[in-house]
This record gives sequence, structure tokens and C-alpha cells, in this order.
Amino acid sequence: MSTVTLGRSIIFPRTRRRLAASSVLYGVCWLIVGVAVFLAIFGPLLAPHDPNSSQLEFQFVGPFQAKGYPLGFDSQGRDLLSRLMVGARTSMLGPALVVLMSMALGTLISVLAAWRGGWVDSVLGTGMDILFAFPGILLAVLTAAVFGAGLAAPTIALAIAYTPYIARVLRSAAVRERARDYIAAAEVQGLSSLTICGRHLIPNLAELVVAQATLVFAWAMVDLAAISFLGLGVQAPTADWGVMVATGETGVLQGYPMESLSAGICIVLVVVAVNLLGERIAARDEGRA
Amino acid sequence: MTAIALRRRTARSSKAHGMMRFIGRRLVMLVVALIVSSFIIFISLDLAPGDPLSVLTGGRSLPPAALEALRHQYHLNDPVLTRYWEWITGVVLHGDLGTSIAFREPVSAVISQRIGVTAELVLYSALLIVVFGVGLGVLAGLRRGFIDNSIIAVSTLLAAIPSFVAAIVLLSIFAVKLGWLPALGNGSGFWGTIEHLTLPAIALAASAFAVVVRVTRVTVRSEMEREHVQTATSRGIPRRLVIRRHVLRNASIPITTVVGITITSLFALSAVVEQAFTLNGIGAALVQAAQSKDFAVVQGISLLLVAAFVIANALVDLLYAVLDPRVAIGSRAA
Repeated sequence: MSTVTLGRSIIFPRTRRRLAASSVLYGVCWLIVGVAVFLAIFGPLLAPHDPNSSQLEFQFVGPFQAKGYPLGFDSQGRDLLSRLMVGARTSMLGPALVVLMSMALGTLISVLAAWRGGWVDSVLGTGMDILFAFPGILLAVLTAAVFGAGLAAPTIALAIAYTPYIARVLRSAAVRERARDYIAAAEVQGLSSLTICGRHLIPNLAELVVAQATLVFAWAMVDLAAISFLGLGVQAPTADWGVMVATGETGVLQGYPMESLSAGICIVLVVVAVNLLGERIAARDEGRA
Repeated sequence: MTAIALRRRTARSSKAHGMMRFIGRRLVMLVVALIVSSFIIFISLDLAPGDPLSVLTGGRSLPPAALEALRHQYHLNDPVLTRYWEWITGVVLHGDLGTSIAFREPVSAVISQRIGVTAELVLYSALLIVVFGVGLGVLAGLRRGFIDNSIIAVSTLLAAIPSFVAAIVLLSIFAVKLGWLPALGNGSGFWGTIEHLTLPAIALAASAFAVVVRVTRVTVRSEMEREHVQTATSRGIPRRLVIRRHVLRNASIPITTVVGITITSLFALSAVVEQAFTLNGIGAALVQAAQSKDFAVVQGISLLLVAAFVIANALVDLLYAVLDPRVAIGSRAA
């Protein structure tokens, strides 16, 4: 743009600007995710007030109107900031568990299918195709009805519902990887299948697994919050972002949207940040392949 | 939601008469999926902790005669497969889904009273997705620069907002602050229904809309760069005609698929939106039944929603194969 930086910046000014902008963007994403993880671990210790003590005289008092309560109060006069900080734990823990379970299951199934091929592959593939029939949120509602409301049943249900999406992506990558020379070389050397898969095949899929994990985290966060919003997940007096969006709805109708909106913004921020980071990891993986 | 759009729709069979084989294979898959998913819904009764009878009553204490009726209706003394057979033939042949314990009427009646609202909501949302999603996607694909960038920015933002958060934001702006539209409830008459369903339909459409915009834009853009389009342009055919005959016609295939998949995903999501706007549809009934442990209703509505989802997905696949025979023959669709 300026004459001082003739040379490279004249040639790709747009690209350079994009790169600079994107590194700031990803920095912000890492920051958001970092803060959310930090709050999920330490939130309940750091919360300035008791998230469940209600002071009815402060009902719907807005942000910055009472000293020491920067976000104000909810419909029952509970401190919103404390509730958001404490709520980070259940809101982040559920999706993390979904990621762990579905990634383990998806990796196992996809590597098994790619390694064995033949009928094992087609049976597993058909099984995954059938699992697609269940929309995750419906399976979660069904299990909540059967096993009772709470975080456990919907978490397991979502992990199962997401597995086919992961297995499908990982299987095709694993098939590609299996055809490579280093696998054949390892086989010739007489290494066992388990060793080759564990030491060589799966580590080479790691980056793809991480990219998939971030996407699953984002979906799980939205779906689990929806389940809690419906009253089938985390139960009401407990502070949780999904629960807060639901309990805040009465406030919304009376013109005090702060509780619902702040919890909704927390969910959206984390989901967007995780999604962007995941897309970046996936793009880097494609660039290498 | 995004996940569904990401699914690759490629067929594996690769011989002649691929079309018939593809359709046959897909129909077999459809039947298997229907059987397996209905079995899962049925067997969930047995998986529940405690005795199936107490699950069916949801912990309520019923007179012995009613218990005996339930035991008889669900054939609780028979082996699982026999019971499943009795249940599914009852459902398919007589539409008999059992009796709701909370509503004290047949589940089929509970569903038929409420399915209209859900159907209207999904239809309204689907219309919004088709008109605005495809329309803006095509516009973004054809016009580079400011229009493209702003459409992409808005749709990226919308993609990130879950339907229940969208519901809250819409309620607080358009119903409470501005008072343009009613906040809750069903409404009556044509305009009343439209008025009451506008905000819910937007909330339901928002995130699916973004997927459709993105796919449409990418498809239109890649069609624009293909050789036959450039040839047509170089021969002096007017831009309007080139776009209509060569770009949009080819782009319509993947767009139809993604629109189909996103619309089928609305069935399950409608439960969240109905609950947020206290609409009296089957989704809300499903959630209330799950909360109150009204198991027959949970089973009936789950079965209906899963069946709708599975059949709609199969139709999308078949439609895709009809529109683009390369899919059935097995070559990758470009």
C-alpha cells in the first residue's frame, strides 16, 4: 500500500492482510476456548457469589446497577455472572465426554473396517448407514425418557448418534492410509496388525481425528444445551447455560432478556470459536495430504 | 445439521443397469433402517431400569384392571421378538400406538390433534429455506464482492446460532421490544397462523438456511467456471440465458439434495422450537411426554419422526439418482 514496502507486499497485499486478520481471529478463538475451559475447571471456585442464593429484592436488576454484580440478577435475584461461571462446567463437560466416547468408538470402527475390509467393512458400513436414521437430538430425548432426565443419558445417546459421521470420514482416510507403502513394509517386517494400527495407522490419522473432534464438540454443545433447554438434561436450579436460556424465557417475555441472552451468547461464542479452530485444523490437514 | 449436509452421497455399485440396482439397494436399506429403528424404539422399554410395567405407568399407581390391560396390550409375558411383531403389526395395520397415560386417550389421537401445527411449521420453514436460502445463495454465487461478502457474513453468523437461542433473540426483539408479532401460542385462521408461526419458522430455518446458502453459492460458482459455460458465453449467448440454461440447471442437482437433507432435519429440531414458543405440536408433546414419563406417547412420536426422517432421506437419495444418473452408475458426480 505505501511506497516504503515495495516488493512483496505490493504483490500479495490482500493475502497478507487476510493472514494478519486471520491470525488475530484465531488468537481470539483460542482465547475464548481457553477461558471456557478455565471456567469449566475453576469456575465454581472463582465465582464471586453463591450461584443459587436468591435475593428477591434484586429481581431483574440490570448490569452495573449493584456494586459487585457486573451482569446483574436473574428472575429470582441470583447473581448472573456467578451462574454463568459455574454453568461453564456442565456446559463444557457434557460435550467433552461426547467427544471422548464418539471419537473412541468412531476410530475403532473405522480402523477395523479399513483394516479388515470385505464383509467386516460392509457390515460396519451398513450399520453406520442405519444409525444415520436417528437424528441425534431425537435419540437423546428418547434416552432421557427411558433413563430419566440428567446429563448422563443424553451424553451417551449423542455419542452414539455422532459415531457414524466420524466413522465415515475416518474410514475413507484409513483406507487411503492402509494402501500406503509404509504399512506394507511394516507387514513384511512381521509386525502384528495391532501394533501397525496402534503405532502407525492411528497416529497418522491423528490430525483428522482432532479436526473431527472439534466439530463433534460444537454439535454436542448445541444439542446438549438444547436438551437442557427442553428440561431433559441438567435440571433447573443447577446453573447451566442451556438451562439458563430456558429459565430466562419468562424474563424475556417481561422485557428482561439478560439471563437468556448472556447464556446464549456464551454458547454461541464457544461454538463459533471451536468451529473456526476445527475448520483451520481440517484445512491444514487437507493442505498436507 | 451441518453434519447431515456433509454426508457424501455416492453409490458403490458400478455395473450396467446401475439405476435399478441402486433403487433396489436403497429401498432394501430403507426397509432395514425402518425395522432396526422401530426395534430400537420398541426395545428401549426393556432397557429402562426397573420393570417395563412401571416404566409404562411412569411410576403412577393404576388399578389392577388397568395394569392387566397394559400387560395384555404390550404382551409383557411373551418373548421380545413376539412382542415386537405384535406391536409393529398393530402400528402398521391399525395405526395402534397404545394409550397415553397422561392424556388418557389413544396416542394416535394425541398425534393427530397436534401434527397439523408441526407440519405447518416445518412447511413454512422449508419455504423460507428454499426461497431465501437458494435465492441468496445464487445471488452470492453470481455477484462477487460486497453482496457476496455480506451474504456470507450473515449466513455464517446465523449458522452459529442454535435454534433455541434464535428463538429467544427473535422473541425479545420482535415480540417484546417492537411488538410486531405475537410471542407465544398457535393462533387461528390463516393469517393468525401465519402471524404466530413466523417467528418460530425463522428460528427453525436460521441455521439450516446458512448451510443451503453456502452449498448453493459454491455450486453456482463452480458451474460458472466450467468450460461449457465459458463456451456459451464466448458464443455470445446472453448472460441471462447462460445462467438459466447452463449454470442453474446443472447446479440444481446438488442444491436439491442439500435442501432435501436440511428440510428432513427440521422434523426433529421442531421439538425445540415448539417448546420455546409453546406451540402445541407433536415435538412439544414428545418433550412433555418425556418429562412426565408418558412412555407410549414418547414411543409413538419417536417412531413417527424417525420414519419421516428415514423415508425423506431415502426419497432425497432416489431423487438425486434420477436427476443425476451418474450417481447410480457409480461414477463420482462432478
